[in-house]
Amino acid sequence: MKNHALRPLFVVIGIIVLILLFRIVYVPKDFGIGERGYMYGWHRHSNEQDWKNFKVKYQGKEYCKDCHSDKYDSINKTPHKIIQCENCHGPAIDHPSDPPKLTIDRSRALCLRCHYPLPYPTSGRANIKSIDPDKHNPGMECVTCHNPHNPMEGLR
Amino acid sequence: MITRRDFLKKSVITAAGVALPLAAFEVLDPKKLMAQEAADTKNGTRWAFVVDTYKCVGCGLCVKACKLENEVPYDTSVTRTWVERYVITKDGKTHADTPKGGRDGFTTSKISLGMSEEAAPKDMMAKPETKPTEKFEDIDPNDITKAFFVPKLCNQCDNPPCVQVCPVGATYQTPDGVVLVDRTWCIGCGYCIMGCPYGVRFFHPVYHTAEKCTFCYHRITKGLKTACVQACPFGARQIGNLKDPNDPVTKIIMTERVSVLKAEYGTKPQVFYIGLDKEVR
Amino acid sequence: MLAHGELWTVKELFVYPNEFIYWSIQIVMYPFMTGLVAGAFVLSSLYHVFGIKQLKDMARFALVFSFALLPIAPLPILLHLQSPFRGINVMMTPHFTSAIAAFGIVFFSYGAIVASEIWFLYRKHIVDSALKLREKKDKTLVDQFWYLIFCTLTLGSYDVSEEALHTDEKIVKILAGVGIPVACFLHGYAGFIFGSVKANALWMTPLMPVIFIMSAIVSGIALCMLTYILTMEIKKFLAHRKKAALGVFHSEAEIKGVEFHVIQMTAKYLIVFMIAAISLELLDMIFRGYTALKSWDVIRSVIYGRDFNDIFILQYGIGNLLPFIMFLMPGLTIRRTVVGTILVLFGVFMMRWNVVIGGQAFSLSFAGYMHYHMPIIPTDWETFKEGLFGAVSVGIAPFVLFWFVNKIFPVFIEAPSE
Repeated sequence: MKNHALRPLFVVIGIIVLILLFRIVYVPKDFGIGERGYMYGWHRHSNEQDWKNFKVKYQGKEYCKDCHSDKYDSINKTPHKIIQCENCHGPAIDHPSDPPKLTIDRSRALCLRCHYPLPYPTSGRANIKSIDPDKHNPGMECVTCHNPHNPMEGLR
Repeated sequence: MITRRDFLKKSVITAAGVALPLAAFEVLDPKKLMAQEAADTKNGTRWAFVVDTYKCVGCGLCVKACKLENEVPYDTSVTRTWVERYVITKDGKTHADTPKGGRDGFTTSKISLGMSEEAAPKDMMAKPETKPTEKFEDIDPNDITKAFFVPKLCNQCDNPPCVQVCPVGATYQTPDGVVLVDRTWCIGCGYCIMGCPYGVRFFHPVYHTAEKCTFCYHRITKGLKTACVQACPFGARQIGNLKDPNDPVTKIIMTERVSVLKAEYGTKPQVFYIGLDKEVR
Repeated sequence: MLAHGELWTVKELFVYPNEFIYWSIQIVMYPFMTGLVAGAFVLSSLYHVFGIKQLKDMARFALVFSFALLPIAPLPILLHLQSPFRGINVMMTPHFTSAIAAFGIVFFSYGAIVASEIWFLYRKHIVDSALKLREKKDKTLVDQFWYLIFCTLTLGSYDVSEEALHTDEKIVKILAGVGIPVACFLHGYAGFIFGSVKANALWMTPLMPVIFIMSAIVSGIALCMLTYILTMEIKKFLAHRKKAALGVFHSEAEIKGVEFHVIQMTAKYLIVFMIAAISLELLDMIFRGYTALKSWDVIRSVIYGRDFNDIFILQYGIGNLLPFIMFLMPGLTIRRTVVGTILVLFGVFMMRWNVVIGGQAFSLSFAGYMHYHMPIIPTDWETFKEGLFGAVSVGIAPFVLFWFVNKIFPVFIEAPSE
């Protein structure tokens, strides 16, 4: 009687063993519980390094200072000194080797991000000088008349 | 009749039988579970964020920088960080929108109402081509009682519900408190997206894995600021180390009145807001 | 480039930028299919464990059908995954704080139980078939194939003595008993997947797993009744054309008698579980309204406004109330049963729809809405699998599989009335 009764169980155990063997091959060696415990830290540890190795693209103002000292100095004397070079010139990445030339955003829309009139109380926006884009020389790029590196110098 | 000796013997066998398969799975190691507490005190970094909503002008340069820095396809509507606009009028109504996540700033005073319902086909079987167009709402500036912008990003919660629900261990929290996603291991079930009360997660259109704000982990671990913090001309965003008492961010959190989003979910968010309003969702 | 979900989501008012209907039609199909599996199994266990004799024929049928449904249950999930080839990760590095992680283990144990139960139930048939084919001379290629299959299925044991078969019976009873909690767990945890999402105001309720189990049993019983009637009708039709097709039955009238008796019995159980399912759902809704938490405003506008037709007309009206009346009215006929069971299945499907899609009908901001427009005509792989055709494929698959499984484990092997 006992001869056949346990056979399905053996099949099941066989499958479980196969799955566990496959698991040894399949799962990366460094997969395990991290410092945040099983609930929040169950992961492949080398992934932390993968993220650390991600390419930095925005280099910051100081990165531009040495080669473009004229622009750097001039903008720093104006209210626009709070704006990062890369906000308009695009991410430097490894400039000048890669890319050799940055794509500058000269669009009207870029200036309107701050200078479109939104009279919002309790927001810093209310304190920024603004123009009505529909009435103030519509269709023209702002940089035609205004120097973004020195907005206070008067019209070009 | 079961003797005590028999009972003990059987209990031990049962316990061993239960413990064996668990050991085979190598998942529940009590020693490692307990090591967590010790690690917390040993570790010297806990990243946290401060957002000053008074300073934010809604220029959206943070969103632009984030998308380019982190290679989130620029023209998709999904984004790791976004800026919301809230306009409260005299009738007590709140009008909120976030066009394209604020990527291009807020260059109109009209508030987006999304796709209007009237034009939307009523039954679920309708073809997607009949999608209605976006509607806008004009607001008289004289009716505005208060209006402001609220930048949003991942809260890197102390109790991240998104990590709790990941079935495969593809998302996790680093020892310094940042929740990351392993793009080589994520199966794309979307449970973490459902589990986040803040809606910060989405599927990356290229990798087809869950995607979220990493606090620019590749930058902060090199001593840089996050792309959004660096891009903000007004200092509305700040990142710092909570474990360092001299860090400006820690000082703000310790000395000023700050609040967090949706505290009722028990997620213990680590992005702290100055000037948050009850109308902020 | 569209983000995942953008294609079929229409946003209204204030919705966060990353919010879309991420869980679409396949996640509606998933609890629907596992519900059918679990329900069919519970029905079969009613006979094996509790010895409800009237369900004997239905029990065998339900068990085999549950087995045919089983491989289909994970299909909707696989079709839904953004990286389906990594689906195996759920079993490789399970993270048990997630409800989904249990899937691999629960599904595997449940599969093992059902397969073993069928093996013990059909052992005599397997051995007989294998021996018959072994003795057969001039085996064709097809015979060879079947011989190989049955030989493998015997697992090397040809003992069909009286004593051995008696053991089989006992084991079947045990397995059926163990299977009930596992089947309930398999489906209850599908409810837990939704009920435990604290971010979703509509899903989060501890009642969710129980509601899912009850409606699962309802749908499983209804599907078994429907398929049973269909197979019996086909038999009747064939018997009408030629006597040879009768098989174990003696006459057309006998088939009819047996069929009617089984259906009447099963219908009673269907009604009991329907009452339980609806009571729980109503309790949940009353509680939401009465406690009126922060989310209630937006949930109310979804339940009583936007989704009113889907919930009250399609689900409760056509899917619950109408079949309920049909089954309760005296003089139940086969034809009325067919219509009733189809309506019940539709009602349970709408319940899944209203939970899964309805739960995503409002924004996490509680100040906006999302509308789901299911892709009908597939234009690429994504609109196929996350659209009508993907759902229909999942719906048809178990019947195709049942046809094959029935070749190995014939459902009508014994004379039903002795």
